[in-house]
Amino acid sequence: MILAKTGNEAMAYAMKQINPDVVAAYPITPATEIVQIFSNYVADGLVDTEFVPTESEHSAMSACVGASAAGARVMTSTSSQGLALMHEILYIAAGLRLPIVVGLVNRALSAPINIHCDHSDTMGSRDAGWIQIYTANSQEAYDSMIQAVKIAEKANLPVIVSTDAFIISHCMERLEVLDDDKVKAFLGDRKALYPLLDVDNPRTIGPLDLQDYFFEHKRSEIDAMNKTLPIIEEVAKEYGELFNRYYPVIEEYRTDDADVAIMALGSTADTLKEVVDDLREKGKKVGLIRGRVFRPLPVEAIKSAVRNVKALAVLDRSDAMNAFGGPLFGEVRSVMYEEKNKPLMNNYIYGLGGRDIEIEELVSVYDELFTILKNGRVDNLINYLGVRGG
Amino acid sequence: MATLKDLTKRPEGFVSGHRACAGCIPAVAIRQVLLTAKQPDVYIVSAIATGCMEVVSTIMPYTAWSIPLIHNAFENSAATISGVEAAYKALKRKGKINKKIKFIAFGGDGGTYDIGLQSLSGAVERGHDFLYVTYDNEGYMNTGYQRSSATPLHAHTTTSPAGSKIPGKIQTRKDLTEIIVAHEPSYAAQATPAFYMDLIKKVEKALSKEGPTFINILAPCIPGWAIKEDSGMTLSKLAVETGFWPIYEYEDGTYKLNYKPRNYSFKPVEEFLKPQGRFRHLFKPGNEHLIEEIKRDIAKRWITLLRKSGIEQEEINKWQKELNYVN
Repeated sequence: MILAKTGNEAMAYAMKQINPDVVAAYPITPATEIVQIFSNYVADGLVDTEFVPTESEHSAMSACVGASAAGARVMTSTSSQGLALMHEILYIAAGLRLPIVVGLVNRALSAPINIHCDHSDTMGSRDAGWIQIYTANSQEAYDSMIQAVKIAEKANLPVIVSTDAFIISHCMERLEVLDDDKVKAFLGDRKALYPLLDVDNPRTIGPLDLQDYFFEHKRSEIDAMNKTLPIIEEVAKEYGELFNRYYPVIEEYRTDDADVAIMALGSTADTLKEVVDDLREKGKKVGLIRGRVFRPLPVEAIKSAVRNVKALAVLDRSDAMNAFGGPLFGEVRSVMYEEKNKPLMNNYIYGLGGRDIEIEELVSVYDELFTILKNGRVDNLINYLGVRGG
Repeated sequence: MATLKDLTKRPEGFVSGHRACAGCIPAVAIRQVLLTAKQPDVYIVSAIATGCMEVVSTIMPYTAWSIPLIHNAFENSAATISGVEAAYKALKRKGKINKKIKFIAFGGDGGTYDIGLQSLSGAVERGHDFLYVTYDNEGYMNTGYQRSSATPLHAHTTTSPAGSKIPGKIQTRKDLTEIIVAHEPSYAAQATPAFYMDLIKKVEKALSKEGPTFINILAPCIPGWAIKEDSGMTLSKLAVETGFWPIYEYEDGTYKLNYKPRNYSFKPVEEFLKPQGRFRHLFKPGNEHLIEEIKRDIAKRWITLLRKSGIEQEEINKWQKELNYVN
């Protein structure tokens, strides 16, 4: 079925078809619509979900932890400050190995307060133990929400699927949806390993874990994340075979013979495809590498995509505030450190607080990459794109 | 109502071997609540906030809980149980669970009066079917006796120390039970383990209701109150007998006092204060007025509670005269 839907509507529609047991959520711009639309589904009896409209995001995630530990399939949605308020409980959800799925809209973190897109919210939670999937359009957001449930329950780790605020969340696009029964069949029921509600086998979940056990438990969580990439790939492949839409963890666009490339997350990557096509028509060997999965970091896929490029610009829609650029840049650069073939690399921070990224600006990044290539050196490692004063 | 004899035959929900201090009354409170709650046809699933009782009872690889328990964080015991309860409703509706389960969330006063107040208020307002039990030992005892909003007037704590200028905590205790009553739950009560039959009755009543219920249990802390190990239960009793901690119920819109001396006379509050190291400074010469302030606070709260409980004006007049307090 073909529908016209915004990113938020697409995520809410996916949630309807997933029909989770529990949704505990709190509204926040620009993700409000997701929970708002979903509560309509609840009110109209279109889902079987127990909807818990909490008094804060902290309680929303706390209730999600309780519900997921109980054995239920659990989802929520949030953005920015809401994710920040959940921060404490994000680690607990991951540490308890609970497959909660969050439909997230990427919005700048305060201060200054702003409701528009950047990635500072999810980047601020990047070490929380959650799988992170950045989508580039509504279709991918829809498909990824469905896949995320399966990934989470196979990996026993929670997943964030994100869209860019307003650019995707509020932009109407063509959306191809699956039939309800196909989604149901694809996901099956959740089979929780140690549900709290198994009263015949009482367990203490979340005990005090001191020096003699904590490290082993944390190590096993790390190991779970280490093993997650094949699960994500397997689910994407299965979904692709069934429904003809396949998303790799790292998407390469016209990189085969590219001399220079840009790497980015989210909607900017879709804009970049246009830029790449234009420049290719002018005979310039440019390419695009889109990070779709950021947690776990797809190390081998990044190496494989970046290895043959001679100059690479990494675009970050947030700054790590470490006086060394953005988080994606730092990690990609680290991945390539021991590679024999590696590009000259620089970093651009762009689009903070929803600042538009213009085609001309993206073209100027490719121009700079060609200059770097010509000179054989990077003069400006960290750059700020589209901001007054540079 | 279950008798004490009945309770001796029930399986323990909170078993021995935990690492609470000798004489710990919060541990007694949790054990009593779970003994009462456990019925043959009803299962109990619990959540507990970070705090003394969680720390002493769940040290990996041991647990003192023979019922399912989840510990999430400090301020979200109520939100957590609301999620568990929502999952139960959803899974029951889908026929995946067919047992009858009741839910009890525990938290200390720090996790309830202070950092967990919002989470509790939200869960009660949403009407989840659960009992919330506070073991109120009047301070952050787990981290070393810091003040909370449950700490009473003039008590010494490590963050409201009795100094040469400031005589302990300068604020009175927040009335959490009344805050919960303002949410119009079907049942709310104050209790203490020394009045054990009263506590049993309250737990049974609370669990017989559908929707959120609340019991605030005053539970002396041996090191925090700086008291002898064998004195916790005596002080639980004295707290009630001196008017320091009235035990009462709020049920379907009506208040009921569970302890009211017939002769319009409480025991002197000094009997409750004197054995406690946290009030030692009150008994220094020149500090008599501080005890008088505590008495006034007790009198004010008691008269208000009498009015709410529908006590005749004539009787209130007698109490006002006795307590030398008119409001």
